[in-house]
Amino acid sequence: MEAVHTLDGVPIARIPLDGRGHRATGWWGMMFFIITEGTLFAYLLFSYFYVGAQSPTWPPGGPPELTLAIVNTVILVVSSIPMRLGTLAIRRASRGALVAWAIVAALLGVAFLIIEATEWSRKPFRMSTGSYGSLYFTVTGFHFAHVVVGLLLILEIVWRALADRVSAARPLAVETVGAYWHLVGLVWLFVFFTIYVSPYLW
Amino acid sequence: MGGASVALAGCATAPSVLRPESAPQHTLATLGWWLIIVGSAVIVIVLAIELVTLRHRGRTVADTPLVASPGSTRGIVVGLAITAVVTLAFFIYSAVVLGATERPRGRPGAKIEIIGHQWWWEARYLGGTPDQAVATANELHIPIGVPVALQVTSADVIHSFWIPQLQGKIDVIPGIRNTFWIRADTAGTFHGQCAEFCGLQHAHMMLTVTAEDARSFQRWLAAQSAPAAAAPPSDTAAAAGGRAFMSSACALCHTVRGTGAHGILGPDLTHVASRHMLGAGAVRNTPGALNAWITDAPSLKPGADMPRIDLTPATMHAIVAYLQTLR
Amino acid sequence: MATATTERLTERLSDLWETPHTLRGVLGTVDHKTIGKRYLVTAFLLLIAGGIEALVMRVQLQVPNNHVLSPEGFNQAFTMHGTTMILWYALPILSGFSNYLFPLVLGARDMAFPRLNAFSYWTFLFSAIFLYTGYAVGLGPDAGWFAYAPLTELRYSPGANMDYYALGVIFLTISSTAGAVNFIATMFKMRAPGMSLGRLPLFVYGTVTASFSIIFALPALSVACAFLYLDRHFGTRFFDPGAGGQALLWQHLFWIFGHPWVYIIVLPALSFMSMVIPTFARRPIVGYAWNALAVVITGILGFGVWVHHMFATGIPPLALTFFGAASMAIVLPSAVSIFVWLATLWYGRPVLTTAMLFALGFIILFVIGGVSGVVTAAVPFDWSVTDTYFVVAHIHYVLIGINVFPVIAAFYYWFPKMTGRLLNEALGKWNFWVMFIGFNLGFFPMHISGLLGMPRRIYTYPAGLGWTAPNLITSIGAYLFAVGVLLFLVNVFWSLRRGAIAGNNPWDAASLEWATTSPPPAYNFAVIPTVGSREPLWEERLGLGRLSRIDEGPPLDSDRVTLQTSTLDGFPAAVQRMPEDTVMPFLTGLAILATFYGLVTTAWWLAIAGGVLTLAAIHAWLWPVRTIREV
Repeated sequence: MEAVHTLDGVPIARIPLDGRGHRATGWWGMMFFIITEGTLFAYLLFSYFYVGAQSPTWPPGGPPELTLAIVNTVILVVSSIPMRLGTLAIRRASRGALVAWAIVAALLGVAFLIIEATEWSRKPFRMSTGSYGSLYFTVTGFHFAHVVVGLLLILEIVWRALADRVSAARPLAVETVGAYWHLVGLVWLFVFFTIYVSPYLW
Repeated sequence: MGGASVALAGCATAPSVLRPESAPQHTLATLGWWLIIVGSAVIVIVLAIELVTLRHRGRTVADTPLVASPGSTRGIVVGLAITAVVTLAFFIYSAVVLGATERPRGRPGAKIEIIGHQWWWEARYLGGTPDQAVATANELHIPIGVPVALQVTSADVIHSFWIPQLQGKIDVIPGIRNTFWIRADTAGTFHGQCAEFCGLQHAHMMLTVTAEDARSFQRWLAAQSAPAAAAPPSDTAAAAGGRAFMSSACALCHTVRGTGAHGILGPDLTHVASRHMLGAGAVRNTPGALNAWITDAPSLKPGADMPRIDLTPATMHAIVAYLQTLR
Repeated sequence: MATATTERLTERLSDLWETPHTLRGVLGTVDHKTIGKRYLVTAFLLLIAGGIEALVMRVQLQVPNNHVLSPEGFNQAFTMHGTTMILWYALPILSGFSNYLFPLVLGARDMAFPRLNAFSYWTFLFSAIFLYTGYAVGLGPDAGWFAYAPLTELRYSPGANMDYYALGVIFLTISSTAGAVNFIATMFKMRAPGMSLGRLPLFVYGTVTASFSIIFALPALSVACAFLYLDRHFGTRFFDPGAGGQALLWQHLFWIFGHPWVYIIVLPALSFMSMVIPTFARRPIVGYAWNALAVVITGILGFGVWVHHMFATGIPPLALTFFGAASMAIVLPSAVSIFVWLATLWYGRPVLTTAMLFALGFIILFVIGGVSGVVTAAVPFDWSVTDTYFVVAHIHYVLIGINVFPVIAAFYYWFPKMTGRLLNEALGKWNFWVMFIGFNLGFFPMHISGLLGMPRRIYTYPAGLGWTAPNLITSIGAYLFAVGVLLFLVNVFWSLRRGAIAGNNPWDAASLEWATTSPPPAYNFAVIPTVGSREPLWEERLGLGRLSRIDEGPPLDSDRVTLQTSTLDGFPAAVQRMPEDTVMPFLTGLAILATFYGLVTTAWWLAIAGGVLTLAAIHAWLWPVRTIREV
């Protein structure tokens, strides 16, 4: 097989391996996974609005307290920054910086979870109290679970970085986990708007 | 389709939606016939085209050379245009029928609250004074020639109220009070049935609507609004049955207006003897069947809430005799 | 290419791609062809299971007041029948064909994510086992495949029956979603060089449109089933009207999923027919762009019609009119597809093979199902026919007509590619006519039963309502239809051993899968083909010249790789390394199965253990190799 094979005039040996960024199949896979997850939350929020629209008073106990939720929103949105810096770090082949930034993002995520759990414990209702309680705890609970999954993924990235399995030549795992983490933050903004802001609007 | 129309017209006993007995169902059935006729024509035309395309067919793949001509998409465009026109016409026609049948014209001749239960229909005639309240089960009476307003809701799961020859369906949904109307333009008794799957005995959740002239209807209403028949002479079996009814489990679930029985789980029995069927169409209302029903309803209608009642044959006979007096 | 070099090449490729015949190989293979065949066999077994459930129901209903089945037995049978056929048969059988054929028609060596592909299959299989566990222990779902709340709430369905439904469905959505992502990525990234979107075989449009619909529709079902499970076991009140919940919330979520799902399980099948019909009409399809566009538009419009399942729920007239209009509008792209096939037949020279007979039968059944669909889209008349046997007739004309008939056609068409042997054509003709006559004899009278006022889902009916004769005819037709399916199975088993040898391209078809051997080698193509037209194997005879190169191209034989191309135009973009076999997708599926058994029995320790094992298995699955081997 000595002949030089070409495709559209490009020798096959010059065609890059796999593909980076949006050229990689893994990137496509994560994008559609994110889209279907986002859709899942769209249906959860649809359910919130649908049940709310059919109810005489909504939320039944008046609009929710905002302080903790605002703090949490800031924490989660800000946590996307170190995640992004970690991605940029591995593209520069700086594995140590990736680990550091990933841990910062994860700590912010843990803080979010603790505050969220605190807020849950302060609610005067439970998920069995009525449809509002069901929706409140299920929607925020689904999001909570997504943050947990995000943390596990970040942990996996740190593990891989320490085991020398990510590099500038293969940053895909970090990029896709970063994309997932941004999704978790983005979805929270919709959850925050729906559950905390919308009751003050109408 | 020819066979279909024969079958639809020929079956005199069937509650066919294409054999309307009311003005609104007549409108719906006319729309239905047009859909069936045009639809059948479409099927026949496509079948014909398909057969014509086989006119110069090849025998095997190997001895049929490829056709290289590009072919024309004009047929596709024409077909699409015709489909669009026909569909649009039916959309407009349906929208007109929707507007015409959605609300009744004229003052309702009766107002009835329909409550679906697993698996029977509770009907309460509204508008009378409280002591005239008419509550019955599974067998409605309505006056002919006027709309009858219905408010429908459910005590448990979703059901659907449907009298095929009189009107379309309305779902009977817990937590929602839907408004609906029916009308009959000929006298008669019309079959109806729950149309939404509602559990074990969905098949035995039937009802009938008896349409009668205004005078007969008012007579029926007056009879139904009366409290239970006066207590019979004390020496009869019926009197003993009445006492047994009141002192046994019966009165916990059933109401007999004018007596001490105020239960609300089962059908109102104030005029149970005037009804033709038991258990929402499960069995005919004869003394023997009534006895069997009370003794062992679960074997006649598995899953029904009506329990087995363990009483001596004499007591059972007495209770049946008592219920027979509730005309 | 000299023969010796060719031999060395195929040997090297076999070493790289073939799965060893060991237990580890069986559980660990990621070969899309093996996975595709497994999908086909499993889904067909489920079709038989669902068919037996249907036959038992037809025995019960063939005469009035029958007692072959108890009410509970009937309710479980019809629920299992609907759930099995619509969710566990109809999509997986199409995924089987698409899995087997996607890389072959696209000119690639495997799917974009071979391991995810194996995972899709295992979760499909395990979710089916999970669902049927419930049925086997007497706890089969019994509230209908549509599972309307509040009948499914603990109060009205105290057994675990509907837990098997809710959890089984969530389990299956994992499989379907993974499969959909895979088809989309494969279509966009794994095409042979030169295969721009305008040269895609029409086959691909259906599956990819369906996959997009899955991405957007299935989460609604997952949410609904999660709510149901939470209501039943964690005291939430989503569907409890007594506590502010809404019975109709279920219906909205369910049909937002449910109607797109109808298109998800028919669009790929329609696209199969867009391959079969041109092949046997002996000409390229007339109106390629029309057909491709019609499929995509149907998929999109499918999201705007869910309320037509709820016309009788008391929705305001304006909304009814809107959804009636949307439901009518969806007729138009379907009509375009019909006219495209008719035009192709018109300008072609049809050859009546068995596959073609099934395709021609399918067109008629599609039209009948479409017409009865228009009948139900006419809102006021829908009030008369909804929830009656008329709708049962309609959905079976749609689902059997537009799914089962194309599937059998596809078997007759692609069986030779998969096995190297042709199905028997003489038996095939019998197969077609028995199925076609049996089907119409069975299901056409259901239109009449429905118009005569017979509601759906009743386990028995009284004599004297005029329903006796049509029900008897329906039962006879159903038995005949079953005989037709049996003839198909006989043909398969006979032909596997004695069928005529197929050769590469027994139908003289145009697309790439027919360029390789039957069955294809593990690596599909020895060299990566280059595509220059829509009909690469016909182009010279169509007078287009030699635009494609099938037998020459880069061998990509230094590693387990295939070519990745650009999204729109199919320019070579990268050499894609493909993963080795692994048992991890199998183990992940098994761990998820354990989780779901834990959830259904409320053995929380098992659910938690299963969840932890799932995470561990995924970690092991995705753990990267240390070195990057260069090509």
